Amino acid sequence: MKPTDTARPDHFHQVVDCQWGCPAHTDVPHYIRQIAQGDYTGAYLENRKSNVFPGILGRVCDRPCEPACRRGRLDEEPVAICRLKRVAADLSDDIREFLPPKGPSNGKRIACIGAGAASLTVANDLLPLGYDIVMFEQHDKPGGLMRTNIPSFRLPADVLDDEIALVVERGVDLRLNTKVESMQALIDEGFDAIFVGTGAPRGKNVELPGRYDTDRIHIGIDWLEEVAFEHTKSIGENVLIIGVGNTAMDCCRTSLRLGGKNVKVMARKPRNWFKASVWELEDAEEENVDIIINHAPKEFVVEGGQLKGMLFDKLHYDIDDNGRLSDPTVIEEVFIACDDVILAIGQDNAFPWIEKETGLELTQWDTPVVHETNHSSSIDGIFFGGDAAYGPKNIIWAVEHGHRAAISIHKYCEGEDISDRPPRGLNLLSTKMGIHEWSYSNDFDDVPRHKMNHVDLVRRFKDIKIEVELGFNAEQTAREVERCLNCDIQTVFTEKLCIECDACMDICPTHCLTITENGEEDDLRGRLRAPANNKNQILTVSDALPQTGKVMVKDEDLCVHCGLCAERCPTGAWDMRKSRISIPYAFQK
Amino acid sequence: MSFLKKPSISHPGLPKNDIGLTIRDYEGAMSTLCAGCGHDSISSAIMQAYYELSVEPHRVAKVSGIGCSSKTPTYFLGGAHGFNSVHGRMPSIATGANAANRELNYIGVSGDGDSLSIGLGQFGHAIRRNINMMYLIENNGVYGLTKGQFSASADRGSTAKKGDANPYSPIDPVMLAISLGCTFVGRGFSGDKEHLVPMLKAAIRHNGFAFLDIISPCVTFNDHEGSTKSYAHTRANLRETVHADFTAHHEEIVAQIDPGEYKKITMHDGSRVGFQRVDESYDPTSRISALSYIEEHREKGEVVTGLLYFEESSSEMHSVLGSSQQAMATLPYKKLNPGAETLARIQSRWR
Ligand SMILES: Cc1cc2nc3c(=O)[nH]c(=O)nc-3n(C[C@H](O)[C@H](O)[C@H](O)COP(=O)(O)OP(=O)(O)OC[C@H]3O[C@@H](n4cnc5c(N)ncnc54)[C@H](O)[C@@H]3O)c2cc1C
Ligand SMILES: Cc1ncc(C[n+]2csc(CCOP(=O)(O)OP(=O)(O)O)c2C)c(N)n1
Ligand code: SF4
Ligand code: SF4
Ligand code: SF4
Ligand SMILES: [Mg+2]
Repeated sequence: MKPTDTARPDHFHQVVDCQWGCPAHTDVPHYIRQIAQGDYTGAYLENRKSNVFPGILGRVCDRPCEPACRRGRLDEEPVAICRLKRVAADLSDDIREFLPPKGPSNGKRIACIGAGAASLTVANDLLPLGYDIVMFEQHDKPGGLMRTNIPSFRLPADVLDDEIALVVERGVDLRLNTKVESMQALIDEGFDAIFVGTGAPRGKNVELPGRYDTDRIHIGIDWLEEVAFEHTKSIGENVLIIGVGNTAMDCCRTSLRLGGKNVKVMARKPRNWFKASVWELEDAEEENVDIIINHAPKEFVVEGGQLKGMLFDKLHYDIDDNGRLSDPTVIEEVFIACDDVILAIGQDNAFPWIEKETGLELTQWDTPVVHETNHSSSIDGIFFGGDAAYGPKNIIWAVEHGHRAAISIHKYCEGEDISDRPPRGLNLLSTKMGIHEWSYSNDFDDVPRHKMNHVDLVRRFKDIKIEVELGFNAEQTAREVERCLNCDIQTVFTEKLCIECDACMDICPTHCLTITENGEEDDLRGRLRAPANNKNQILTVSDALPQTGKVMVKDEDLCVHCGLCAERCPTGAWDMRKSRISIPYAFQK
Repeated sequence: MSFLKKPSISHPGLPKNDIGLTIRDYEGAMSTLCAGCGHDSISSAIMQAYYELSVEPHRVAKVSGIGCSSKTPTYFLGGAHGFNSVHGRMPSIATGANAANRELNYIGVSGDGDSLSIGLGQFGHAIRRNINMMYLIENNGVYGLTKGQFSASADRGSTAKKGDANPYSPIDPVMLAISLGCTFVGRGFSGDKEHLVPMLKAAIRHNGFAFLDIISPCVTFNDHEGSTKSYAHTRANLRETVHADFTAHHEEIVAQIDPGEYKKITMHDGSRVGFQRVDESYDPTSRISALSYIEEHREKGEVVTGLLYFEESSSEMHSVLGSSQQAMATLPYKKLNPGAETLARIQSRWR
C-alpha cells in the first residue's frame, strides 16, 4: 500500500467514529471532555455550533453516533453520547452573550417556509450575516414535528421554547398562523432566495375494508398533532397501533396517557426487522405495551358504525442463509378487539401549494428533485431541506440540511458558484505534557454504560407532560464521561524517528500495530497482529522505516487511544495529537 | 515508566490457543523498563512462545538474578511462579527449584552482567549439570541497571555513551556454552521476533539446558553510534545462519522445503525442530563446525544468529542423578524424609 495521506482532513475525521457518524459532525469527544472538566456551557456551545438544538437533541436525537461509537466494537455498549449532551444542556449557563447577533442588514430577504428544525437552522446561520429572514408557519407555534409530534413526555415544551427562542429572538420575522398557499405568489414577492422546510406532512393511510365506516381510525402523525394542541384528550381503553416505527412508539405511549389500558403494537415482520430504535422499543415495553409480530392488517371490523376490532393474517416467514426474510405464508386469520386504531406506517411529502407553472421538477415519487449537497432545486434560488427534501428523516439531518442550504443561499446571494463547497480543515495539536503525561484522560473507565433513570411507572402516567427520563445524576455523569475512548486524540507517526524496537506493538492492548513488509491491503490485513476484518475502518500505513524498510501498519478499528504506544516509544515516533476538524458554516465567512 | 494499568479491554477477535487462552492471558505487570528497551520486546516474544505452546502459566517457574533483564519476569506470565534472586546467583536457585520440582517448566532470565561478570561461575556449572531449563541472556553489552558500565560481553573498541572505548576482549556466551557441552545453543535478536519465537519454543521443549543469547539493545545507555549492540549496528551485521522452526508433535510441517537445506530433528516428546540452513556450509549438529564458523564470522564483525548447536540430550540433571521420577515436592513426607533411623542405618555402612 502507499503511505497513507494523513493530511487529508477526512483521514483523522473518520477515526472519530461518533463525529463521522453524526450527520452534523458534532465534535463528541471534545464536548465530553468539557463536561468531564465541568465546563457545561462550553460543552453546550460546542454542540450548538453544529447541531443548534443540544437540549432537544440531548433528549430525542436519533443518535446515529451511538451505533458508530468505538466502544460498541469492543464487545460493549457505546458511550451514552446523547445522554451526556443533555447533561451539558441541563447544566449550561445562559449562552445568549456568546451567540453572534444579527449582522447589519445586507439588504437581502430570505423566505423560510415552515418553522421546523431545518428552517430554524437556516435562519441561525444566515442572521449573523445580516440577512432578513421571513419565516412562515401555518401553526400558532414554531417547532414543526418537534412540537406537534414528539410527545412532551419525551421532549418538554419549555426545552423546545428555549432553544427556538435562541434563534428567533435574534431577529427572525416569524409569521405564525400563516400558511403559504402558493409558491408562485411567494416567488412574486421578490425574495432573494426561498428555503422550503415544510417537512413531510402527510401520514400514510391504510386502504382496507371498513376504513371509512368509523371515526375511530386515526392517522398517527395527525393524531399526535391533535394531542399536542390538546384538541384530543382521550382514547378508548383498547388501542391497536399499526406499524412499528418510532411514530408507532410515540402513539402507543401517548395512548397510555390518554386512557388506553390495553395497547398493542401490531408488526408485520419479526423483531429484527422493526424500524423503531432499540431504546424507543425498550421504553415502550417498559410501559407494558404489547408488541405483536407477524400480523398483517386485513380488515377493520365495524358493526353499526362502531369499531369492534381488526382482522389480521398471522404470517410465517423463513429466514435464509443470508439472513433475509422469505415471502410470508399465512397461517391463520386472527381477530383482535379494539376501540381505536392508530395508523403509524410512515409519512409522505406533499406540496399541494407548489404550482406546476413554477416549473419545479419532481421525482417519480412526487418529491422535488434536490441536489444532494447544495440542496438546490430545479428553480434558481429555491432550496429544500429537512424532511421536505428527501422524505422523512430526523432532526439532526434536518439541521445538517439547514447548514448546507445556508451556505448555498449565501453563495447564491453573493453570486458565487453554489457547487463550489468550502473545504473541511484539520488541526492537530500534541497533547504531551510530560514524559508520560497527557492533556487528556488516557486511562478510560471500563465500567458498563450507565442506565438512564426514569420517573416511576405510576407517576409518569398522571400527566402527559411529565418527562419520563430524569437525566444522568452527577455520579453517572462523572463516570460515563470517562468511558469515552478519546477517538479525537490521534496517534500520529513519524517514520524517520522509528528504530523498530517493537515497544509500541508489544504494549498495544488491542494489537492495532504491526511492523511488517509492505503489501496490498488484503494481503496486509491477513498479516497483522490481530484479525483486521473490519474493512469499514482504515489501515494507516507508514512510509518505509529507516532500518529495515518495513512499514508500520495501524488498524484503526480498535485503537482505544490509551497513548501507551507513545509512552513506550523511546524516540517520540508516536505522538498523541488532538484533532479538531473544522466544519464550514455560512456564518463563518 | 507508564503509570496507568494496561487497559483490560482487548481485541474481541483475538485467537485462543489449545487451552482456551489468548495472548493477553500471558501478560504480566506493566514494565518499568525504559521505553524501547530490547528486554521488553523479548518479554513479548516469551509470552508469544508460551501462548503458542499452550503452556499453562501456573506450570511455569521464572527465576532471575539482578539487572534490568532480571527484572523482566515480572512483566510476563503473571500467573507463573517466580523468584528474583541475587546478582549472578540465579543458577543456584534454578538448580534447587528444579531439584525439588522437576515437573515445572523453568525459565531463567539473566543479563550479560549477571551471567558473564559476577555470575560466570554459576552459569558454567548450570550448563555442566544440564539442568532442564531455558536460560536466556538478554545481552546489551552494558550493566543497564547501574547506568551503563561496559559488561563482559562488550566488544573491544566499542564505545560507551560518553565515548570511552572498551579495552577488554568480550566473552561470547555462545562459544562458552558450546565448549562447555551445552546441548542447545542459539542466538537471537530482540528486534526480530519472527526468528526468536520459534527458537524460544524449541528451547522450552528441549530436554536439558537450553541456552539462548539474545542481543537486546539498551536504548538508554548503549544505542549510540560506536556501540556494537545497538539496534542499527545489530541489524546491519546480523547474519542469520540457521532458521529454527518448531513444530509441536501433533502438528504437521506444511511447507515442503528442499531437504538439502532442511533438517528435522525429533525431540524427546515427539515435537520437531526444523533447521533451515541459510548458509549451506553450516552444520548445527557439529560442535567443531559451529565453533569455527562463529569465530570466523566474529572476526569479520558479524553476529551469527539462529539455532547454532543442537543435540538430543538424555543427561539432564535428574537422569544423571537417578532421582525420583515423581517431583520431590509432591512426595509424601515419610518418603522424602525416611527418618533418623534410616539415616543411622546408612551411616553405619561407612563405619
Ligand atoms: C411521531 C414522530 C416522532 C419523531 N421522533 C423523532 C425523534 O425522536 N428524534 C428525531 O430526531 N426525529 C424524530 N422525528 C422526525 C423529526 O421530527 C423530523 O424529521 C424533523 O422534525 C423534520 O424537521 P423539518 O424542519 O424538516 O420539518 P418539520 O418539523 O416537519 O417542520 C415543518 C414545518 O413546516 C410547517 N409547514 C408545512 N407546510 C407549510 C406551509 N405550506 N406553510 C407554512 N408552514 C408550513 C409545518 O407546520 C411545520 O411546522 C419524529 C417524527 C415523528 C412523526
Ligand atoms: C552482588 C552485587 N554486586 C553488584 C550489584 C550491582 N548491580 C546491579 S545490576 C548490575 C549489572 C546488571 O547488568 P546485566 O546483568 O547486564 O543487566 P542489564 O541491566 O544490563 O539488563 C550490577 C553490577 C548488585 N546488585 N549485587
Ligand atoms: S493508543 Fe496506541 S497503544 Fe493505545 S490502543 Fe491505540 S495504537 Fe494501541
Ligand atoms: S516504539 Fe517507537 S521506535 Fe519503537 S517501534 Fe514503535 S514507533 Fe518505532
Ligand atoms: S537502562 Fe537500558 S537495559 Fe535498563 S531498562 Fe533502560 S534501556 Fe533497558
Ligand atoms: Mg546488560
